[in-house]
Amino acid sequence: MSTTTLPPAGKKTEPVSAPERHTSDRAKAERKLGWLLAGPALAVMLLVTAYPIAQAFYDSLFDYRLTDPENRSFTGLSNYGVILSDPLWWTAMGVTALITLITVAVELVLGFALALVMNKALRSIRPVLRAAILIPYAVITVVSAFAWQFAFDINTGFVNSWFAWLPGVDPSTDWFGDFGTSIFVICLAEIWKTTPFISLLLLAGLAQVPEVLQEAAQVDGATWWQRMRRVTLPNMKAAIMVALLFRTLDAFRVFDSIFIMTAGANSTESVSFLAYRQTISRLEIGLGSAVSVLLFLVVVLIAFSFIKGFKVDLAQARGER
Amino acid sequence: MPSREFHPRRRGAGRSPGLRALGAGAAAVVLASGLAACGGGDGGVPVLNWYTNPDSGGQAEIAARCTEAAEGRYTISTSVLPREASAQREQLVRRLAANDSSIDIMSLDPPFIPEFAQAGFLAPVPGDVAERVTEDVVESAVEGSTWDGELVTVPFWANTQLLWYRTSVAEAAGLDMSQPVTWDQIIQAAQDQDVLIGVQGIRAEALTVWFNALIESAGGSIIAENSTDPEQIQLGLTSEAGIRAAEVMRDISTSGQVGPALSTANEDSTATGFESDQGGFMVNYPFVYPRGLAAVEAGTLDQATVDDYAATVYPQVDAGTESAPPYGGINLGVGAFSEHPDLAYEATECITTTENQSYYFTTNGNPASDSTVYEDPEVLEAFPQAPVILQSLQQAAPRPQTPYYSEVSGGIQRVYHPTSSIDPEQTPQDATELIEAVLRKEQLL
Repeated sequence: MSTTTLPPAGKKTEPVSAPERHTSDRAKAERKLGWLLAGPALAVMLLVTAYPIAQAFYDSLFDYRLTDPENRSFTGLSNYGVILSDPLWWTAMGVTALITLITVAVELVLGFALALVMNKALRSIRPVLRAAILIPYAVITVVSAFAWQFAFDINTGFVNSWFAWLPGVDPSTDWFGDFGTSIFVICLAEIWKTTPFISLLLLAGLAQVPEVLQEAAQVDGATWWQRMRRVTLPNMKAAIMVALLFRTLDAFRVFDSIFIMTAGANSTESVSFLAYRQTISRLEIGLGSAVSVLLFLVVVLIAFSFIKGFKVDLAQARGER
Repeated sequence: MPSREFHPRRRGAGRSPGLRALGAGAAAVVLASGLAACGGGDGGVPVLNWYTNPDSGGQAEIAARCTEAAEGRYTISTSVLPREASAQREQLVRRLAANDSSIDIMSLDPPFIPEFAQAGFLAPVPGDVAERVTEDVVESAVEGSTWDGELVTVPFWANTQLLWYRTSVAEAAGLDMSQPVTWDQIIQAAQDQDVLIGVQGIRAEALTVWFNALIESAGGSIIAENSTDPEQIQLGLTSEAGIRAAEVMRDISTSGQVGPALSTANEDSTATGFESDQGGFMVNYPFVYPRGLAAVEAGTLDQATVDDYAATVYPQVDAGTESAPPYGGINLGVGAFSEHPDLAYEATECITTTENQSYYFTTNGNPASDSTVYEDPEVLEAFPQAPVILQSLQQAAPRPQTPYYSEVSGGIQRVYHPTSSIDPEQTPQDATELIEAVLRKEQLL
């Protein structure tokens, strides 16, 4: 806001000379304008997100099979009891968490390296480089999952013959026949596809690091590593956290790659996959909705703990203050 | 031929502007016919929508033939469903649950028919139609079209798995293939000759198909006592036949002759294995024969290999007890919310005529449910194995018929996969407990 005259860092403190708390006419008008501008978007958001979430929660309280609507009955929270007492749910949670952890960690490192490359690249090749790095992100997830599956397939794939020199890889390696190798390929596909997303967010963060600070550090004799640790990283903490948050939320809902590659075999089912199987395959709308609601709660919990725990400020990341 | 009709449009999208205009014209015709469907009540020619499973264009061609034969009483337009049978079901069920009146005729995979019938998604089959469409039809196809003692769909084509073998391998192993063979004999012969046994061990419907054939061949059934109440369904997995089926499944899986990727092997990958130099035995659908011929034509397979192909009836579990091969295929259901159920049933009778079934068999490789088709010399020429297919269909046993098929099949796939780690003492017990809990809605699947 244009009225900010306080030092940019530090907490929001009221100026000593601030007038008594009461809203002026101008502030009221501004608030009204704000609602008018944001109102339609809010209404649409309520319609397309709040309503389905409320409907799913309502459905989750029933024993309701799509092909047998007459026998729908209210069962309270018993669907949640069934899910939370089922080892399958906890296995799926573990698998989902594992995939999230691996992919987000690798993507952060890779994405940061790519962001540095893009940031330092010559102005003339920068647009080409950016487009090239972004291509995987533009590919539809199902298509990328099929591509990786075909590559690793024991009959049609080329990986087994090209990488036969690696220990543990030979023409009879069945990548989708074991838990570990399946997870490896699934993570690889996810990493390939979404690293560009994280690197773009980090590139925006890199661009925010003031050049003067870098120069000052250089003059003081700081090495590249010291400048990275003491200047660059602290100044882009907000961007890193936002990138991590978005990507973690995204990764926790992993579905397409698993659906295409293993269809849940070898205990590779994610939480989204469980929701799919109960709702779409079994047609148990009640039970499936309960799984979806639980997945939603976990995602909310992740978002909340990121924002509170790591003190991520979305407004700051956008450069608003 | 359907391909000739479709090609100009496909090419038109990418190449010559003239053909593109033709494509646009065709699109306009489709659009116009779609509009006509909306105005069907106003006296226009009613359009029947037939939801088909993907094939080589045969159902679209049959639809065109029947539209012509109807002489203006109706036209049939086809819409293609997803490739997987389970995905076809998911789409149809969701639409029918919303009372979709645009579904007139559906190509249904038999295991899902009880679910559709029980939910009231199928228009009742008129008595006279039922009589006509079951005439000369193989027993397994009639059984697969029936739910609760009543015919609920019209039998169309019937699939079955055969035991495919390489004549040279069987000879070298000294197997007399003119007599039924057992799984134990096949394992022995494959080990002696170091060749592959092709079975479908992937965690998918194919695994249930295999398991069902084994337990039925051993004289048992996955569902011992059927019921429309899910909690009353009694499973037969822990019966003697169930344990025997688990043993055979484990013995084959651990024989060392199933290739390195049994746990992801489906119908296609087993066919690939059978085409390789190591090919020996395989249980699979008849499509593998035209597949082999196509590979010869494409130059990726030797003619000598396909000449070495032979087929006989599905292997026995216990010597002397007739095997129960898998039964599959497609039957035609008429949507309960269709605005023209009478016309739709009239159309199904046209679709399933002996002539159309012969056409479909010879061009698309999908065996007929009408037994008289197997006397057609053209069929015999295209499919030298036709008599074996007919015999197999007469012996075949359907998969468990229950509105809760997804739960039963999904439970079997979860517990029996990977097949190499089956414990005949424990696995049937575990599967029974899981499926019963899932049917009581006390566990996730």
